[in-house]
Amino acid sequence: MTLLDHVPSEAQLRRSAYRRRQTVYSVLVAACSTAALGTLLVIAVTGAPGWDRVRLSFLDPGIARDALPAVLSGLWLNVRLLVCCAVGALLLGLVIAVLRTLRGPVFFPVRALAAGYTYTFRGLPLIIVLYLLTLGVPGLRLQGMPPVLVLGGVALVLTYGGYLAEVFRAGIESVHSSQLAAARSLGLTYRQTMRHVVLPQAVRRVAPPLLNDVVALQKDVGLVSLAGPIDAVRAAQIATAQTFNYTPYVVAGVLFVLLAIPLIAVTDWVTLRAARRQSGG
Amino acid sequence: MASSSRLLALTFAGAVVVATAGCAPQDEKPTPTVTAATSCAKDSLPTRTPGTLTVATDQPAYEPWFAKDKPDSGEGFESAVAYAVAEKLGYARADVTWTRVKFDTAIAPGPKAFDFDINQFSITEERKQAVDFSAPYYLVRQTVIALKSSKIAGRKSLAELRDARLGAQVGTTSYQAITDVIKPSAKPQVYNSNDDAKKALQNGQLDGLLVDLPTAFYITGAEITDAVIVGQVPQVGTPEAFGLLLDKNSPLTACVSGAVGQLATAGTLKELEQKWLAQVAGAAELR
Repeated sequence: MTLLDHVPSEAQLRRSAYRRRQTVYSVLVAACSTAALGTLLVIAVTGAPGWDRVRLSFLDPGIARDALPAVLSGLWLNVRLLVCCAVGALLLGLVIAVLRTLRGPVFFPVRALAAGYTYTFRGLPLIIVLYLLTLGVPGLRLQGMPPVLVLGGVALVLTYGGYLAEVFRAGIESVHSSQLAAARSLGLTYRQTMRHVVLPQAVRRVAPPLLNDVVALQKDVGLVSLAGPIDAVRAAQIATAQTFNYTPYVVAGVLFVLLAIPLIAVTDWVTLRAARRQSGG
Repeated sequence: MASSSRLLALTFAGAVVVATAGCAPQDEKPTPTVTAATSCAKDSLPTRTPGTLTVATDQPAYEPWFAKDKPDSGEGFESAVAYAVAEKLGYARADVTWTRVKFDTAIAPGPKAFDFDINQFSITEERKQAVDFSAPYYLVRQTVIALKSSKIAGRKSLAELRDARLGAQVGTTSYQAITDVIKPSAKPQVYNSNDDAKKALQNGQLDGLLVDLPTAFYITGAEITDAVIVGQVPQVGTPEAFGLLLDKNSPLTACVSGAVGQLATAGTLKELEQKWLAQVAGAAELR
């Protein structure tokens, strides 16, 4: 019997017809509710008495066009910093997490230092770390002081490393201890166990929260602008100060969202894939 | 689940409607216009003490606006301006008496113990609600300051500053002076506040910092004593303006303002600025 000969039963046909109807109905309901909400929002916003003024000061196409090159060149700084800091923070976080999960009394000082680090830098506001590193450290006037961007990057890596370390640690501790016991009984060393058994599972499990933190980092890298460099938001602020029109901020905001979309899409995809694998698909 | 999210959407939409309606802005009231026409002869001027012009400033009065806290010496920019205005109104040097009034007291509403006060008062709309101002006698200039050890200390022209790392506070005329007038090859550094910028200057992260001239005098005189003024940049943007301060609706305002205007058109103010700010105080002109 080939597939072509297959004739669906009466019940099967009814079932698929019902399903089709349900799908159409769902789509219609979704479309109606979206249209209703959309209309309501448009009426609410454009019908507001101050709408014309808001549109002029937040959505001026001419000013948006003028501000775009400056904001884009600022955004390029954000992108470069994001790539460097994300890699740095992920590595630092992983190392700290591994150190924090070391077993054995001899490693107590290492564990204590790693724990102290995560406590300190998760508690310390990023702005203060940035101030200390970008305006405080250069005051030492040491030879070979790195440029302010590098110092700002270090501040970001230190702060986000603290968050990511805890995410990694959660992943590592989520791997059941029987797996460690099994790996060790197979003759793997501690290092091999971590490398081949624990970390691959741990990282896979915490990939969504890790990427989530990277998305958050993307918005925070711009804070190095307090030490002088001009990022996208700062460029928008300068343009706003010149024109007293807030459109440049909206331009920067739209660019940030566009930048975040690929990252967020990857996060969602990774989450979905992990969920499918977990459910044995 | 589906119904609860629909409910949420509706609640949100309702909240937006309420919020936007509640946030409707109100129109501003137009500011009243001031007109005055009085004779400006010395004898007909209704000063506090007839025949005498009472001029106020703060205690202590700082350099380079007043020399050695002695306003009656005629030395220092503002002292010189005050005597020039007095002369225009027909008062001899001996007819001018000085009094001391705190800055905050002077700009507050209420009776005034002076005919006019000269104390680096910026003319602003808010202050005009409480006091009168004359025409501006000084438009604030942007100034480059640097550490004595900086490579740009002692440079004389704008062209010599092109290779400098310069910084300024965000959203200020100082920033505009960098991008529109000096146009350095390196991107300017921008700071949230002058405090951050001063720190960067001290750290050597900046070769030079742009601030307005009064701030430059304060920074180099009191805050960072190993910093010097490199020079003043040509006027750019909408500068802050200093005016003589008078009591609200003072009968003298029109005459004092007229005298300042005459001094400006005659070029006297420019000369005084050159003499007391550029030469004596050392804020050379960068061209």
